[in-house]
Amino acid sequence: MTTADALAGAPGGRGFLDRVRRGSAGPVAVVLAAIVAIWYLGAIQLNTPRIVDQYGRDGRATWTFAELVADSWSMERPVLPAPHQVAVELKKSVLDIAVTSRRSLVFHAWVTMSSALLGFAIGAALGIALAIGIVHVRTLERSLMPWIIASQTVPILAIAPMIIVVLGSVGLVGLVPKAIISTYLCFFPVTIGMVKGLTSPEPIHLDLMRTYSASTAQTLWKLRWPASLAFLFPSLKVAVALSVVGAIVGELPTGAQAGIGARLLVGSYYGQTVQIWAALVVAAVLAGLSVAAVGGIERLALRRAGAQP
Amino acid sequence: MTAIVSVESGRAAGKPRAGAAPGTAPGTVAVEIRGLNLTFQTADTPVFALSDIDLTIGRGDFVSLIGPSGCGKTTLMRVIADLQKPTGGMVSVNGVTPEIARLRRAYGYIFQAPALYPWRTVIRNITLPLEIMGVDKAERLSRAKRVLDLVNLGGFERKFPWQLSGGMQQRVSIARALSFDPELLLMDEPFGALDEIIRDHLNEELLRLWKRTGKTVVFVTHSISEAVFLSTRIVVMSPRPGRIVDVIDSNLPADRTLDMRETPEFVALAHRVREGLRAGHSYDDR
Ligand SMILES: Nc1ncnc2c1ncn2[C@@H]1O[C@H](COP(=O)(O)OP(=O)(O)OP(=O)(O)O)[C@@H](O)[C@H]1O
Ligand SMILES: [Mg+2]
Repeated sequence: MTTADALAGAPGGRGFLDRVRRGSAGPVAVVLAAIVAIWYLGAIQLNTPRIVDQYGRDGRATWTFAELVADSWSMERPVLPAPHQVAVELKKSVLDIAVTSRRSLVFHAWVTMSSALLGFAIGAALGIALAIGIVHVRTLERSLMPWIIASQTVPILAIAPMIIVVLGSVGLVGLVPKAIISTYLCFFPVTIGMVKGLTSPEPIHLDLMRTYSASTAQTLWKLRWPASLAFLFPSLKVAVALSVVGAIVGELPTGAQAGIGARLLVGSYYGQTVQIWAALVVAAVLAGLSVAAVGGIERLALRRAGAQP
Repeated sequence: MTAIVSVESGRAAGKPRAGAAPGTAPGTVAVEIRGLNLTFQTADTPVFALSDIDLTIGRGDFVSLIGPSGCGKTTLMRVIADLQKPTGGMVSVNGVTPEIARLRRAYGYIFQAPALYPWRTVIRNITLPLEIMGVDKAERLSRAKRVLDLVNLGGFERKFPWQLSGGMQQRVSIARALSFDPELLLMDEPFGALDEIIRDHLNEELLRLWKRTGKTVVFVTHSISEAVFLSTRIVVMSPRPGRIVDVIDSNLPADRTLDMRETPEFVALAHRVREGLRAGHSYDDR
């Protein structure tokens, strides 16, 4: 009887799982729909004053609300473009134009991503190295940590032009200065996460290493490092998103010719709000894809390390 | 009253059997402890964990530490293993300080908890000390297989710790300590988490291993019958501050079988251990 109950319970469990899956799809769709709806409403709210002005200039005395809405969603230079306008711009600049063209957003995305990823790689390595130093040398914690924290209190927008200028004066231009701004932003979460991760082994696990009279390096590679992986990847996710931000910020002060940041600059110069929003969407997608990629590597790494499913 | 007598006779009987009074030939003493004190400085009050411990463990001895929970058995083992510094007294392991002995990898320590690394499979947990000690890969694997069979876990090589029961995890930790074949085994309640049957089986295995290899074993247990069955000497401890109440030399033959537990000799030894434990408690009450 109990066995039968258990067996009957099993398909029920599967049904429950399905419901969870359906349940998770539902909220996502609802939230997405809500955002799009608010966006459309916002476009009406923000764009109609100009439309009304325009009607006045055209000498139109009467108009219907439907006309007003339709016009507010199809302005050439709206205050806030409607989602479908951004979508059309995206289709044009991502799909319709050859990726080698300077008008292709894929080209600009690649320019930004190459420096973001370089900066991320350097930042992650630097963050890990600092954490290893801090965990092993007690004085480093007290001498280095205040500087590390102070570095992050400086607004990146203020310091980015100086970094670009200083590096430019020693002959470093192009990819590397932008990458360094990404590094500046993304080493921090890695250091903080890894200090926590490298000190996460339980005392008994450290004692075990002591009974083998393992060297510091052996304890690091065979205990501290594997124990820190659960802390490393969340930090890397934050870091990779920041590195995209850093690369874009790095493109602004130089008046860069290429990159998402350059597109934003040109767009705002000519009041091309649709173009700006398209570039912003691409930047968000890039950051999202980067985070997802780190998440994928995380799953692989943790599965190899025997994580409980 | 009997308690006091047994303390006296226990200490007196303990020394000659060990053949390890200070000054005897070097190489016959595995662990020597003189006037050991250990006080933990906690935030509010100091905890007197060990008080005036004298103990000599001869090479090849099987010594059990038995005593109420919190009496300092683990602490004593940790001092021998150089995981804890005593606040007073002298300890030597193989004639050198515990630290030098530890650096020479003189002992294998089996913790009260399995302490397996969750990201390593069973086999890689067992090869961990061998990796650290620089044993080459083929040798590592063959040794790991051998000790895994010894604890009846053949076939579980590729499992991760969380896929094993608590008792199986503890057996892996025993295999891990055996893998590098240390002279001295420090076992802190290794079989505490196991059922009676597997415990009996592992007790027999351990006894066989000890006889075959002549290792020195220091063994912590809460079970009187386990202590009597395994040991050549039983050290009974009293709680707070942990001290030795009685040292009992076993007169059981070296070849022991589980059914020996019903013999009068066995029962008499068990009785004496129980008396020692009671005496320890009465100390506490006074
Ligand atoms: N790191 C520590 N700091 C402070 N007090 C401690 C510490 N470790 C142990 N103690 C105290 O020392 C005493 C002895 O502890 P110990 O772990 O050696 O007991 P035990 O005999 O192994 O007990 P059990 O049989 O429950 O394992 C206890 O009262 C405990 O509270
Ligand atoms: Mg203990």
